[in-house]
Amino acid sequence: MSLYRRVANLFHRAKLEEEIEAELRSHIALRTDENIAAGMTAEEARRDALLRFGSRSALTEATRAADTAVVLDGIARDVRYAGRQLWKSPGFAAAAILTLALSIAANVAVFSVLNALVLRPVHVAGSDRLFQVVNKRQGDISQSYPDYLDYRSQNTTFRDMAMYRIGFAGMSTRAAAYKCWLYETSGSYFGLLGVRPELGRFFDSRDERGPNSASYIVLSDGFWRSHFGGDPQVTGKTVELNKYPYTIIGVAPKEFHGTEQFFWPDLYVPIVNEKQIEGFDFLKNRASHGSFIIGMLKPGVSEPQASDNLNAIAHALAKRYWQDDGLYARLVKPGLFGDQIGAPARRFLAATMILALLVLVAACMNLANIFAARASDRGRELAIRLAIGCSRLHILRQLLTEALLISLIGGAAGTLCAAFLLSTLTYWQPFAEFPIHVSVAPDVRAYAVALMLSLLGGIVPGLFSARQIWGMDATQVMKGGAGETAFRRFHLRDVLLGAQIAVCALLLTASLVALRGMERSLHAPLGFQPQAVLLASTDLNMGGYSMDSKRTVYRRILQEAAHLPGVIAVGAIDEAPLGAGGNNTSAYREGTTDFRPSNSVLSGSTYVISPGYLQAAQTRLLAGRDFTWHDDTNAPKVAIVNETFAREMFGTPQAVGRRFVQGDGALYQIVGVVADGKYNFLTERPTAAMFFPATQYPDSDMTLVVRSHLPAGEMAAALNRTLTKIDPDLPFTIESWEDALALVLFPARAATLTLGVMGLFAAILAITGIFGMTAYAVSKRKKEFGIRIALGTQPVQLMRTALGRPLVLLLGGSALGLTFGVLASRLLAQIVYEATPRDPLVMTGVVIAMVVVGMAATWIPAKRALRIDPAALLREE
Amino acid sequence: MPKNDLQGTLDLLVLKTLSRTRALHGYGIVRHIQHASDDLLRVEEGSLYPALHRMEQRGWIASEWGITETNRKAKYYRLTASGRKQLQAAEQDFQELVKGVSALLRYA
Repeated sequence: MSLYRRVANLFHRAKLEEEIEAELRSHIALRTDENIAAGMTAEEARRDALLRFGSRSALTEATRAADTAVVLDGIARDVRYAGRQLWKSPGFAAAAILTLALSIAANVAVFSVLNALVLRPVHVAGSDRLFQVVNKRQGDISQSYPDYLDYRSQNTTFRDMAMYRIGFAGMSTRAAAYKCWLYETSGSYFGLLGVRPELGRFFDSRDERGPNSASYIVLSDGFWRSHFGGDPQVTGKTVELNKYPYTIIGVAPKEFHGTEQFFWPDLYVPIVNEKQIEGFDFLKNRASHGSFIIGMLKPGVSEPQASDNLNAIAHALAKRYWQDDGLYARLVKPGLFGDQIGAPARRFLAATMILALLVLVAACMNLANIFAARASDRGRELAIRLAIGCSRLHILRQLLTEALLISLIGGAAGTLCAAFLLSTLTYWQPFAEFPIHVSVAPDVRAYAVALMLSLLGGIVPGLFSARQIWGMDATQVMKGGAGETAFRRFHLRDVLLGAQIAVCALLLTASLVALRGMERSLHAPLGFQPQAVLLASTDLNMGGYSMDSKRTVYRRILQEAAHLPGVIAVGAIDEAPLGAGGNNTSAYREGTTDFRPSNSVLSGSTYVISPGYLQAAQTRLLAGRDFTWHDDTNAPKVAIVNETFAREMFGTPQAVGRRFVQGDGALYQIVGVVADGKYNFLTERPTAAMFFPATQYPDSDMTLVVRSHLPAGEMAAALNRTLTKIDPDLPFTIESWEDALALVLFPARAATLTLGVMGLFAAILAITGIFGMTAYAVSKRKKEFGIRIALGTQPVQLMRTALGRPLVLLLGGSALGLTFGVLASRLLAQIVYEATPRDPLVMTGVVIAMVVVGMAATWIPAKRALRIDPAALLREE
Repeated sequence: MPKNDLQGTLDLLVLKTLSRTRALHGYGIVRHIQHASDDLLRVEEGSLYPALHRMEQRGWIASEWGITETNRKAKYYRLTASGRKQLQAAEQDFQELVKGVSALLRYA
């Protein structure tokens, strides 16, 4: 209660003071009265009364202190004082706040992305018990439907399990036809996640009555609004998916976007209807992976218990079915395609977070320097205050308040910047063709981190200057001698600045390495020439074709495209290499009869191509021949392989005429060998690849590859007209091959951009840091320089004195940073194609950049030093 | 050892004074202490008021403006219930201190 009153008293200070005054006046009056009564003259009486009191103002102050919460009052006063001080030196305040704001913005932005993608689980109730069950076999985290059914029915540790698969379908309503992305889910999916429909109902296990038994779809909120105008009567309506009728039974809630953070489906379809969606049947095939299993643990069951339980089942399955050879269950947090994206994203984001923290550290060093310089500048003022009895603690408190004020303002500004940046990122759809969203709005956790970092960023540098004040010798400072001796020694702030320059050089090196890697990856030997090529991709299933009509339409599309004016070459491939998808199959030696995975010789990317594809893509044929239309179902099965395949299978690139077997027992004769290329990632090692003729290996995926000498826009329009003429209901996506590579270049681009921005921040910080220190040194040694000039020192010598130390720091720091940058590039090489610092351009780039940084930072102080007029200086001092 | 210091002693004197009278202003307290101690104790007027205000904030005493016999406005202080308790404790502390100090003076 008493504390409350004392705090309350802070707010009516004037009234309080008046009352104390009145009380003291009354005391003096009473004493005077009595003195007069005792026989003193009126004047003597009053003088005696006053004398007994001593200092009136000190007494009032002491009395008031008893009535108020002094500490709080002191803080309020300190804050006001700090505000005034900052207002009086706007340059200092702006530099400090900007420095902090930049680094806080970088940190909050990176942390929010980290938080949204890695730390924050899928948004459903009980998400801490939600796990994805992945197949440990490398490169394949997905599962088969029969295995899912066994896991689900035999486990004792999960409340329930669900399966989902990402796919797409051609949707036609009466109005239009388009491609939409969907999740094929088991009936248990929505129930497991505890999601409630926004409209209508969800399908559940009772709807699953065998293959193609549940022709229901649930729309996502976004798709419902964009394609059905948010129609509240939408349930019960019928649409066609791949030409099969489906009834809309419900709409998912707005905040539910499926269980993959990046991949937001347009709608949900029961997985039992997969044949209509995918065009082939995987419900009975244990070897057909591609679907994801998620499960919710029973309360009280630990993660290891659950994984032991599942592994016992997996072990039994592996014994029973050869397709499950090596099956292994591993639990991971869902949301990022198992840990396929999660693991590298986590590594990259962690590395970026470290970079952001390095920028913050650099900013703190900068702030420490700025504060230290300021404390020295105010040395005389502070010394006087010390001399007249102000306690060191009090001065420290004021300086720290100033630091805190700066850190809070800087932190707020930085957080605002970051929030703005992140909100644009949230609305950004990096790839038009895919429903990829990056939802990274900062949450409470991000704001808490921002507050913590900015407080840390203010207090730590503040403590450095506190150290300086603590050791201050008031007499020494007032005599004016301290400043000069201090500059002879090697200072803590020199070390800080050197470290900061090193961080800057490190970031510059890393960003240049990434940039060069990016540039090189655009000219890397991809195994095809993406320039001047258009891709038109579709899935013939979306047109609802039968097997035979598929073949006819496939050939017709190729023929008509080839006759378009301006076309040089035309071919087709199921899915272009370096795209989003891709198939992988195993190859066995001729004569193999036991096709368990461990018996395979290699596993490689598999493509289905038309005759003419190699020419259209300009994939180099090293030996043998291309496919022809005569390689049909009546002819022997043939394949074209790449060099790596030949070497891994036969130990020699001479493979034409030799044979291999696929997992289904089919024997293939190799008719051609092509040059190696990149198939899944730019950074991948040489990978085996097999090409099969579309005439023998029917596939509904079709990507038309059109090389022409016409401008892309013109060609795309002509192509679109032709394709629409062939089948108006078949949705096509037309884009240039170079644009299609955006997806595979994305991680490298993101890395380069991040590093570039961080490098820029670091460079700005280094410039302000060096500038601050040099300018400060020059102003401190003005007198000395004046005397030197008067004594006839040459400008060059003067420059050596003025800039010697910053230059030594610059050189040392740059060398150190470059070394670390070279070491860090190894890490970078995992993300960016051929990231190597052993590149003369990178080295020169960094050196030039650091020279520019140095020049920019020392130019003004150097000019100032040269312009010192000894005569004017003598008058001043 | 009982908690005791000079400030505590002043508090004790003020509390004791107020326990003997109904209500008294600051000057009256100074006078009373001087008289009651046969002029042995003189309260520093400079330290009396901070002490009074501190004790008021702690709730040991309460104050009220009033008029003196000589028709002057003055702030009157009186003991509260919690002040009475505090006085008992302070008195006991002080007795123990006196005992302790005199014991030491006797044998040291």
